[in-house]
Amino acid sequence: MYSDKVMDHFKNPRNVGEIENADGVGEVGNPTCGDIMNIYLKIENNVVTDAKFKTFGCGAAIASSSMATELVRGKTLEEAWALSNKAVAEALEGLPPIKMHCSVLAEEGIHKAINDYRKKQGLPLWEEKHPHSHDDEGETCQH
Amino acid sequence: MGEKRIIYMDHSATTYVKQEVLDAMIPYYAEHFGNPSSIYSIARDSKRAIDTARAQVATSLGAEPDEIYFTSCGSESDNWAIKGIAYANRKKGNHIITSKIEHHAVIHPCEYLEKDGFVVTYLPVDKYGLVDPAELERAITDKTILVTIMYANNEIGTIEPIAELGAIARKHKIPFHTDAVQAIGHIPIDVKAQNIDLLSLSAHKFYGPKGVGVLYIRNGVKIDNLIHGGGQERRRRAGTENIAGIVGLGKAIELATADIEGHNKKIRALRDRLLNGILAKIPNAYLNGHPEKRLPGNLNISFEFIEGESMLLWLDDEGICASTGSACTSGSLEPSHVLLATGLPVEISHGSLRLTLGDVNTDADVDFVLEVLPKVVTRLREMSPLYKGGKKGGCNVQ
Repeated sequence: MYSDKVMDHFKNPRNVGEIENADGVGEVGNPTCGDIMNIYLKIENNVVTDAKFKTFGCGAAIASSSMATELVRGKTLEEAWALSNKAVAEALEGLPPIKMHCSVLAEEGIHKAINDYRKKQGLPLWEEKHPHSHDDEGETCQH
Repeated sequence: MGEKRIIYMDHSATTYVKQEVLDAMIPYYAEHFGNPSSIYSIARDSKRAIDTARAQVATSLGAEPDEIYFTSCGSESDNWAIKGIAYANRKKGNHIITSKIEHHAVIHPCEYLEKDGFVVTYLPVDKYGLVDPAELERAITDKTILVTIMYANNEIGTIEPIAELGAIARKHKIPFHTDAVQAIGHIPIDVKAQNIDLLSLSAHKFYGPKGVGVLYIRNGVKIDNLIHGGGQERRRRAGTENIAGIVGLGKAIELATADIEGHNKKIRALRDRLLNGILAKIPNAYLNGHPEKRLPGNLNISFEFIEGESMLLWLDDEGICASTGSACTSGSLEPSHVLLATGLPVEISHGSLRLTLGDVNTDADVDFVLEVLPKVVTRLREMSPLYKGGKKGGCNVQ
């Protein structure tokens, strides 16, 4: 079911943990769909210097949050915001259609953490530019 | 990387075909291959083999041979029973009673019939997954034409009070069907004493081949065909018979029902040791289903703070075959409808693990799982935003 890349990020997830006094925290997901992700960001001089996650969820959920935190490290806030669920899924060498919503959740977690930071800094919140893509998912998504 | 040993603990999903069964089946592929409906000698061999299998099934259920009909699987038997009874009786009424914890092969035909003017009551269950006979009595109306309640649940192993439920249906002269797919070989079945009018079973759950099942239909029960065509199975179920499969099913059911008590004793001992070991080593773990009225090999445990599929992936890495929710819901986003019906919160339903032991399992298997599983749970809990070092107190995970 899963690519080797997904299995790697599942078995050896990068960036597991919390950041004490994180600059931005994004908590997304809900128990109903069986995925909850907490994204923690450390932001200095407009750059994401550290990113960590805690996830309750399936293999794809854990791999997506691992990959997403990897991809935003060292990026500017603007670059980190631009991270799409598609990019996460591609970096993981593909996710089964029914698991695409996990990459969506990871993107939303990053966005929520960034906006949490912006709120704390008194900056205007960024808006979701476009609805997340589900492609051939079939199942409904409550995100 | 060497060949990993497989520890198979998913017998409720399917079982291997026993050698004795396979040996009985093989001659019917290339040697005695005749179509049983044909008149010549080699066809008569096939027909005889089917009659033998029919008698074997009848004996194991306490039924008459002419009440046994071969199908392609348990799902077909369920579909036939439900749709066949519904359509045969629609002038009498349109109300069907079933339960909230049935297999999808019962639930989906019921939902399908609801689109065609039938009304279905899905009886609730208690926290153990038991149907209350008093609830059934209350639900019956003068329009009820079918009651269908499973004998034993595939996910949580709970065994329903079938004889009592059947008696209530019988009192109201309503046909009573039971999906006994998980029960064969674990519970002695006597369709007469247990007031059963229709019963579904499937070979691949009791060490027979996939692709063959049975619907028992008590003599006198009116039922429409599901499959129309040639005159096979006394014109009630068309299709050239899967002779080898049928022979295999007959042999398998004979083996499975030869010593139910002895077999249960052995499996139960392994299962209980596994259960006690898990509960002792892993905090915040809860058994789902009834503690006593349950299939002897079934374990369904919820582990708080983590999710089932990620557990399965790690177990698979170690060669352990198990499932989360039902095997059939692996493609769905929904947590198990069975666990939800018992009142289990959603996130705990997502964290359930089903281990079903069977004839391949040994003490070494149990030891290995007891070694691996605690580490898997610990690892996943460390990653979980819900785990705060042991919510309910007690000793911390190391």
